[in-house]
Amino acid sequence: MHVEQISIFIENKFGRLAEVTRILGDAGVNIRTLSLADTSDFGILRLIVNDTEKARGVLKERGFTVSKTEVVAVEIPDRPGGLADILQVLDADGINVEYMYAFVERCGENAVMIFRFDETQKAITTLTGKNFNILPGERLYSM
Amino acid sequence: MFFNEEFETLPREALEALQLKRLKSMVARVEKSVPFYKEALAKAGVASDSIKSLADLQRLPFTYKQDMRDSYPYNLFAVPMEDIVRIHASSGTTGKPTVVGYTKKDIETWSELMARSFVAAGVHKGDIIHNSYGYGLFTGGLGAHYGAERLGASVIPMSGGNTKKQIMIMQDFGSTVLTCTPSYSLFMAEAAKEEGIDFRDLKLRVGIFGAEPWSEEMRRDIETKLNLSAVDIYGLSEIMGPGVAIECCEAKKGLHVWEDHFIPEIINPETCEVLPEGQMGELVITTITKEGIPLIRYRTRDITSITYEPCACGRTHARIARMSGRSDDMLIIRGVNVFPSQIEAILMGVEGVEPHYVLIVERKDNLDTLEVQVEVGENIFSDEIKHLQALSAKIEKQIKEMLGVTCRVRLVEPKSITRSEGKAKRVIDNRNKA
Repeated sequence: MHVEQISIFIENKFGRLAEVTRILGDAGVNIRTLSLADTSDFGILRLIVNDTEKARGVLKERGFTVSKTEVVAVEIPDRPGGLADILQVLDADGINVEYMYAFVERCGENAVMIFRFDETQKAITTLTGKNFNILPGERLYSM
Repeated sequence: MFFNEEFETLPREALEALQLKRLKSMVARVEKSVPFYKEALAKAGVASDSIKSLADLQRLPFTYKQDMRDSYPYNLFAVPMEDIVRIHASSGTTGKPTVVGYTKKDIETWSELMARSFVAAGVHKGDIIHNSYGYGLFTGGLGAHYGAERLGASVIPMSGGNTKKQIMIMQDFGSTVLTCTPSYSLFMAEAAKEEGIDFRDLKLRVGIFGAEPWSEEMRRDIETKLNLSAVDIYGLSEIMGPGVAIECCEAKKGLHVWEDHFIPEIINPETCEVLPEGQMGELVITTITKEGIPLIRYRTRDITSITYEPCACGRTHARIARMSGRSDDMLIIRGVNVFPSQIEAILMGVEGVEPHYVLIVERKDNLDTLEVQVEVGENIFSDEIKHLQALSAKIEKQIKEMLGVTCRVRLVEPKSITRSEGKAKRVIDNRNKA
């Protein structure tokens, strides 16, 4: 049920983001979606790609600090209040969202959101119990 | 104006004769009373009675800060403890502090040299000296205090900190002389401005600033903002405290070393050879009158040059140039001594942190700033910003607690800190760059 995401530490320096994407491109890695969180000093680039291990390998080879995290992809009805509903469910069970971002492609009538929870397993149980559809990694990598 | 005209203007020949006499007597004393020196002199093959001229000084062994640490606390003292009336110590930020002891006569000498320094700076009896050097184990506060009393001026023992009160006292008490670190003087002026007080409206006339490196540009800035004449003072607790050397207000071109009490030399810190007048090197000082803890050829690690050219003020004592750096990697940040090795020790204590770091020192708004760049390896990396921010906050807090210095930790990418093949360059000091 998990989706593998890689996170890369990037200093807020000119051209760094371009370099990361160029390294991935040259290695034939396809970026499925991404989010960039930043502070004045540094940023954390989070990526879901079609080949996590390859992406990790080439970036590490080039001296980047890379880590792998398990995130959860959830289908959310693409209508007003769709996101609010899911957050309410999580809130009711005391599950904390560390961060989240949208997947770029839709899945049928639904949008896909990527979540990082403080308690991943508990979140999955809660969401499936409320009939939310959780997408397996393989779906996303090849979407 | 002189405090002790006879000695301050002693002709060179007489001054050197006095130095030789005092040097011989000091070496004879430590040879007898300090086992460390007895051994060091024997090892160097110099007996005190073989000293015939000042040139023989070069045959004497050096004394290092480490020797003082190894002698902690009292093993370098040359007199019994019952003759010691005061004890001071350095901050001891790299381990045990260096301890110095003064006899009654040492305190009198120090007071006189500080009084001489005050007069050289343009201070006189009747002045109200606002002393913002720290009181305590640090020599600044009490050194300036006793000198001010010896001169017969009125001294306000403020010590450091509590800036608002400092400003109020300066205004209300009519302080005419300010003694503190140069950066603190500007900090006070800025703080006063925020309160709607212009330092130029105060009665300050002379500022005696030391304990940290500063530049000619900073002097101009201080003189404009505080409307006073600013002079540089030099000293170190190992040798005495403040007042080892001072600029005269007449020339403000180099700091007169009180040569009837200290013999300065400039050496090449690598080869240890004594350098001629005008060449930059490490300042080495021999104390020739100190009783409590006399030091032979103490390696100050401060980089300067020396001149024996006559000075406009009439003093015959040699002048050293404004300190331009250190021959070791010690940093002075807002008056606090910081060695990169200390920061390294703190970083190594943080789990997962790798030993690649660099310290960047700048001067912003007249205050020193320290940035510690730390490489983020996989061990400490988290995909959540808050964890990384907590990590930098933790390091900042530890550095503040252990070294007393406020810094900013900046996380950087691995390998972004230049690796060098020899000695790692741990410090980038941008303070003296215009």
